[in-house]
Amino acid sequence: MELMLNLIINGLATGMLVFLLAAGLTLIFGLMDVLNFAHGGFFAWGAFSAVWLYSLSGSFFVAIIGAIATGIMLGIFTEKIIIKPVYGNHIQQILITLGFMLVLTEFIKVVWGPNQMAAKTPEFLTGSWELGNVILIKYRVFIIIIALIVYSMVQIALKKTKIGLIVRAGVMDKEMVQALGINIKKVFMFVFIVGSAMAALGGALIAPYSGVVYAEMGMEYAILAFIVVVIGGMGSFSGSLFAAILVGLSGSFMAYFIPDLSLAVNMLLMAIVLIFRPQGLFISRG
Amino acid sequence: MDTMLKVENLQTYIGQYHILQGISFQVKKGEVTVLLGRNGAGKTTTLRSIMGLNPPSQGKIYYQNVSIEGLPTYKIANLGIGYVPEDQGIFKDLTVEENMKVAMKKQDAETIDRLEWILQLFPDLKKFWKKPGGLLSGGQKQMLSIARAYLNNNQLLLIDEPSKGLAPIMVEKVMDSILEMKKETTIILVEQNFMMASTIGNQFYIIDDGRTVYSGRMSTLKEDEQLKRKYLGIA
Repeated sequence: MELMLNLIINGLATGMLVFLLAAGLTLIFGLMDVLNFAHGGFFAWGAFSAVWLYSLSGSFFVAIIGAIATGIMLGIFTEKIIIKPVYGNHIQQILITLGFMLVLTEFIKVVWGPNQMAAKTPEFLTGSWELGNVILIKYRVFIIIIALIVYSMVQIALKKTKIGLIVRAGVMDKEMVQALGINIKKVFMFVFIVGSAMAALGGALIAPYSGVVYAEMGMEYAILAFIVVVIGGMGSFSGSLFAAILVGLSGSFMAYFIPDLSLAVNMLLMAIVLIFRPQGLFISRG
Repeated sequence: MDTMLKVENLQTYIGQYHILQGISFQVKKGEVTVLLGRNGAGKTTTLRSIMGLNPPSQGKIYYQNVSIEGLPTYKIANLGIGYVPEDQGIFKDLTVEENMKVAMKKQDAETIDRLEWILQLFPDLKKFWKKPGGLLSGGQKQMLSIARAYLNNNQLLLIDEPSKGLAPIMVEKVMDSILEMKKETTIILVEQNFMMASTIGNQFYIIDDGRTVYSGRMSTLKEDEQLKRKYLGIA
């Protein structure tokens, strides 16, 4: 029982980190029809800037805010300079964002050196709580809570604000949104920035979780995020949460019981979804 | 009578296809101008070109004497042009209320009054206010699409085949609502249903193979069996 609960907590924590990365990706694809392979780069930059800022300031809060700011700045640059010229052309998008992903990865090595950096867990989040025989590692619970808060805030924004309504409408019919007098390009920029900031937050949160950060981590997690986007349905925000939890839990259980299959199980899940429900679990057909 | 919209020698490509090869017409303020023609003649592309959704490669479009070709779609819409597309463009996962809110540019007293008036005109929308747009019937979707385009006091409405796929009773309802709106707004109507077009329209233009080939007052077309047979396939 204790083992199961620990595996569930581990799986949820990993799933929530992947969700923070995948949520932006799915909104960007759903609204902007943009395949952004550089998205994992924002995650890695968020992780490195958080570790660096934490070592400088000693404040975890400053590190998180700094990472989010890094994500926002990268998001603005990427949308304006990299994505804008290739709207509507998927092949060019894949090539240029993959290329930019490599640039982001290599530039981490230029700024922080080629070696991985150790990441410390803040004092107040180290250790664990014991509930009977169950040990709850504080930092993992913290990740789950932060990701759920982010999910709730974005959901409220999507449901209750005008910009949220426009984003939801834009995912369904971009042309009609423009025909109603709305400058969709401004909405694109806003969504891109929010998505980039969420990815950077995910990177900042993963640093103490994994203990080290390294330049290639963005690409590794981006693969998981793409699997989540496909399973949840491209453009479905709630779908990305559900799929991220599914991927996190299956990875956690498989890593314990059949470690050799822990990555393969996610690929298998994606393959099953693509065969039986290619539009994803949370997107209705048509 | 003032000219609301003037289109001169409009040429539009979609991909490699030269769809519009010379569309010219004028829309008089306060009138309903009907674009007629067979399927694939270029009527829908004409409306989409005016809205900037399929930007023209050549030709001029003047809206209230201001050249609008080349402007982005949202700017054209904000000049006071409402668009009801052929597929209605309903945001299917948004409720009727949310569909209207996306369209609402201001929330002032005038717009609220206008919304009230629209809901009186389309009582079904009030009845299904909290229902997702995708669950409405074809006629209700059409009403929502028209209501959304009319909400912001637009001076010109482009309405594409409002009777398409609707039951006769719904066609009548939609026709009545357009007749009501005609009292305050100028309309360009694309319509295959000749009964509806001839009831609502003042002026007509026939489009054939991407060109305007004939125009006149609707009253004359009603009597001209030869013209109807030649270009519209009806008699």
